[in-house]
Order: sequence, then structure tokens, then C-alpha cells
Amino acid sequence: MLGRRFLLYLLILGAGLAAPWFYPQYIQQMALLWIMVLMASTWDLLGGQMGYNSLGNITFFGCGMYISAVVQIAMFYDVAAYTSAFGAIKPEFTDEQYFMGLFLGILAAGFGAMLLSYLLGFIMFGLRGPYFAIGTLGIATAAGQLMGTIDYVGGGSGISMPFFPWAVEIRALFFYGLCFFLAAVAHLLLRWIYSTQFGLAINAIRDDEDKAEAMGIPTLKYKQIGWAITAFFMGCIGAVFGNMVGFIEPVEVAFPVATFGIFMVAMALLGGKGTLWGPVIGAVLFHVIKETTWTYLLGWQWVALGLILIINIVYFQEGIMGWLQRKFPEFFGITIDHAPPDKDAEQ
Amino acid sequence: MKSLLHSNIIEVHNVFKSFGGVHANIDISMHVKKGGITGIIGPNGCGKSTLFNSIVGAHPIDSGSIIFEEREISKLLVGQIARLGLLRTFQQTRIYSKMNCVDNMLISVSHRKDARDGLFAPRKGETLERALSLLEFVGLYSKRNLISGDLSFGQQKLLEFAMALMNEPKVLLLDEPTAGINPTLINGLIDRLHRANEELGITLCVIEHNMRVVMNLAEHIYCLANGRLLADGKPTELQADQRVIDAYLGGGH
Repeated sequence: MLGRRFLLYLLILGAGLAAPWFYPQYIQQMALLWIMVLMASTWDLLGGQMGYNSLGNITFFGCGMYISAVVQIAMFYDVAAYTSAFGAIKPEFTDEQYFMGLFLGILAAGFGAMLLSYLLGFIMFGLRGPYFAIGTLGIATAAGQLMGTIDYVGGGSGISMPFFPWAVEIRALFFYGLCFFLAAVAHLLLRWIYSTQFGLAINAIRDDEDKAEAMGIPTLKYKQIGWAITAFFMGCIGAVFGNMVGFIEPVEVAFPVATFGIFMVAMALLGGKGTLWGPVIGAVLFHVIKETTWTYLLGWQWVALGLILIINIVYFQEGIMGWLQRKFPEFFGITIDHAPPDKDAEQ
Repeated sequence: MKSLLHSNIIEVHNVFKSFGGVHANIDISMHVKKGGITGIIGPNGCGKSTLFNSIVGAHPIDSGSIIFEEREISKLLVGQIARLGLLRTFQQTRIYSKMNCVDNMLISVSHRKDARDGLFAPRKGETLERALSLLEFVGLYSKRNLISGDLSFGQQKLLEFAMALMNEPKVLLLDEPTAGINPTLINGLIDRLHRANEELGITLCVIEHNMRVVMNLAEHIYCLANGRLLADGKPTELQADQRVIDAYLGGGH
């Protein structure tokens, strides 16, 4: 069993590393794919495993993006002058300045988003069910609008990020690698977390929070830790995405509530929420479908995507992994086991 | 007097609780003796479950005092009281229905300060062994890998009981543990309640409608009626008490 799993991971690692060399024309799309995998997986930590359907995780993505932008620029320039002189002057970053700024920017984005989720948790985790979903959606929408009013970070017209110092091909590979790395780290961390007592605790919160509370589980603490983990990765990937795109502005790039914000939920549902692999499978499938419709059904792509969403929600709520689990329970260890009982326990 | 106080693990003094115009608990005082089994009986709607909810902090009481191990707990929250070692089961059985039985057991470990497992502890070793032996104890060992929501109601009730034991509480409040369980299983359950009390040293306080069960189980019984404490005493005393007979048992008993 361990051997098979190890082989699977080796296969994914190999494919992930080889793909950009074989299909360099799709490298941008494949980087986006890993971002989607990360988003769906970390959304599922709350939405699937803990039963808190957040529609506002994109807040951490956008805030991370802006935090990293400010850090990267502020280390060497005056941010206000940089943003207000948009286009007029082209600030130069040496190799060292660029990579150091990027590294610290991504870290700051992760921890900044984590802190934000901790503070938001005090307010939001008083809400349950649809109220939590709408409340977090409200925060994401408001965050985008608010960011647009802050002139320090360029307001509605945004910031152009520092230029990558090396060749364009290397730039694409570099950001692809970052996305792949972050998605892999997130996946392995979640995998470990779900195997610990913490994983069971958030499952318990999903199944019956009042019971969990009555059994002495410190629910608020667990919920905040869960959201902080999600926020950390969303902040980091936001920082990476901002640098990958090269230009950030509040509504379309940093806080895309109606696209990325909803896609991550749809992907987790498609693959099967509450499972480790469901969001990964869902993200890959969704991304492929999305890109195919964008290429072959241009003009109708949103209709096609909407249709798939509706079919998923109405006829296929359990998702791919949920369906597999129902069809092949033995494979997932859901069996009656008549093993002879312990003699000393029986006495 | 001092030693007498020590022998009571829970003391309820003059508790009042009303919901709007409904007076659910009126001036209720009772004790739960440490290490013993205490029963609470009374007709439907007499305030038994309200009293349980008051004790575990599910809602604030209007006045009175509730003392657990010489500590006032009437102002504490549900989770805080549970972490002191005072646990309850629910009348409408509550388990984690999408998780399998073993996971239900594993997450029910104590979350008190002296708890042995940390937040990110792996799920194996001694804790897993204890979970399996308790599932064995309630007769669910062979079903341990099934999703608990797919079990029958009676089995879910047994699972909830096992989960409560997994937590190693000092006191366990059981709200109608035998309701909905078939007569054969009831005998087994009574036996297991006795064993939990004697072997694991857990103080029990049981709300029960099945008179045979409560008479077999409890050493001391409180009878509530219309939100008030009607009578209390040994099972045999209560069975002979005319007020209890009129209010609850009916002439035939």
C-alpha cells in the first residue's frame, strides 16, 4: 500500500517536473493548474473537512498579493512615489534585490494572511452554515473595493510589479516551479494534518459542532488554526500569482471573487469535498474543461461552465471521490470486520 | 459536615430556570454522590433534561448555584465544564455521523489540561488500543470501520456511551441511555453502566423512564414533577411514596 502510494507521488512529481519541457507553450496554463489545485485543496480544509463553507478565501489571496508587492518595493524604494509615478519611471532591481524581495514578500504574504485570518476568525466563526458563507463573501467583496481606495498601493489603477531580471523562458519556468512547489507542500501538509487528531477534531466540528463542544473539544481554537493554515497558503500563492502576472489591481487580479473565489469551491465539489484527493482531481478536471471551453466554445464558455456546475450540484453532489467511496467501500476500508475479539477484553 | 461535602461531586442548590413563561426548574436542590449512581425520574416535560442542560452549562440558570468538585460552575461555558471532567450524553443520540466508529472514539479523548495527546498527535498506539477495547466493551468491535451514521439507533446509542467513556470523565450524565434500545440489549447496557461505575470509577447520573432500569441501577433517586423536586430517596422508598406513585408511576405499579 505504501509502495503504491509512493509510486503515485513519484509519478506526479515526474510529470510535474517534465511537463514544462515537453509543452513549453502551455507553461502558463500548467502553473495556473497548480494554483487551482492549491486553492481547491486548502478550501477543502474548511469547506469539506470542517464544514465551514467559506466563499471569502480569496481575501487572503489578494491581501497576500498586496503585502508582498509592498514588501518587495518598500525594501528599496518609497512605495507611494513608486505607485504614483506609475509608468513614468522604471525602477531598477538588481538580481539580488529582486529575489531577496520576492522571497521575503512571499513569506510576509503568508504570515500576514495568517494573522488576518486569525483576527477575522473571532468575528466570523460566530456564524454558521449559510451565514458564514455569505459573511466571508462579504469580506472578500469589501476587501477588493477597499483596496481600490488606498492610493499608497496605487488605488484602482494598481501596481506594476518589479521586473524579473532574467530571460522570459526562465521567468516562466521559475514561476511554474514556485506554483508546483507550493501546491505540493500544501498537499503534503494537509495529508499529514488529516492523519492526526487535529484532522478528526475538524471532522467532528463538521458533523456536530455542539456535540464536539459538549465533549470538550476547544472548537474555536481548532477552527482558527484550520483557517490560518488555509490563509497562509492562499497568501503565499497570491504573492506568487501577482509576480507571475506582473501587474496587480484590486478587482480582477487580486480579489477575483466571482472567478477564482467560486472556482475553488466548484473544483472541490466536483472532485468530492472532505477528501484529500477530491479537490486535486476536481481542480485538474475543472481546469481542463475550462481551458477547453475557452478554446473551442468561445462566447459560450461561461454557459458551458455554468452548466457543468449545475449538473454537479444537482445530480452529483457527492463528487468523484464521494461516488467512488459509495461504489467501492471496501477499497476505503469501510467493512464489517468479524475478527476474533481480544480475550482479555472479553473476559 | 466537611467530609459530607466532599462526598458529593455535584451539588445543585436552589436552581431556577424558566423559558419565557414556562418554569422548567423551580427551586431544585440535589446531590450526586461521588462514585455512586444517581437516578432522576419524572413525567415528560418535568424539567429533567433542563436540569442536565443547566448543569453542563448549555444555558445560563436564572438563579441558584451548581457546584462541581467544590467549584462553582454555573457561570462556565459548555466546553469549559466538559474539560473539567463533567460530561453528558444526549437524549437524541449525537455522534459524528460521517466518521467511522474508531475515529468517533479517537476524537473523544479527554481535552483536559492533563490530556495525554497533543493537537497533532498521530492516531495510533495506546489511544487506539483503548478505543478498540472500549468498542469491544459495548459490542461494536466488528462494526468499527463502518460509518457511524449508518449504524442502527441502538448501536449509535452504545457508540455514544463508549465515546463518553473514552473521555474518562469524572462524572457522566446520561440522558435516557436505554430509550430506543431493545430489551436484550438493555440488560447488557445496565451491566456495562455498572461496570463503568465500578471498574472505571465514573460517577453516573442517569435520567431514565424505564423503571426497571433505574430501580436496578441507582442507589439514590430524585423524582421531579412540574419543574419541582417531588421526592428523593432509595429506590424502594420511592416506589412506596404515594406522591411519586400519583405523579409518575401510576396506580398499577
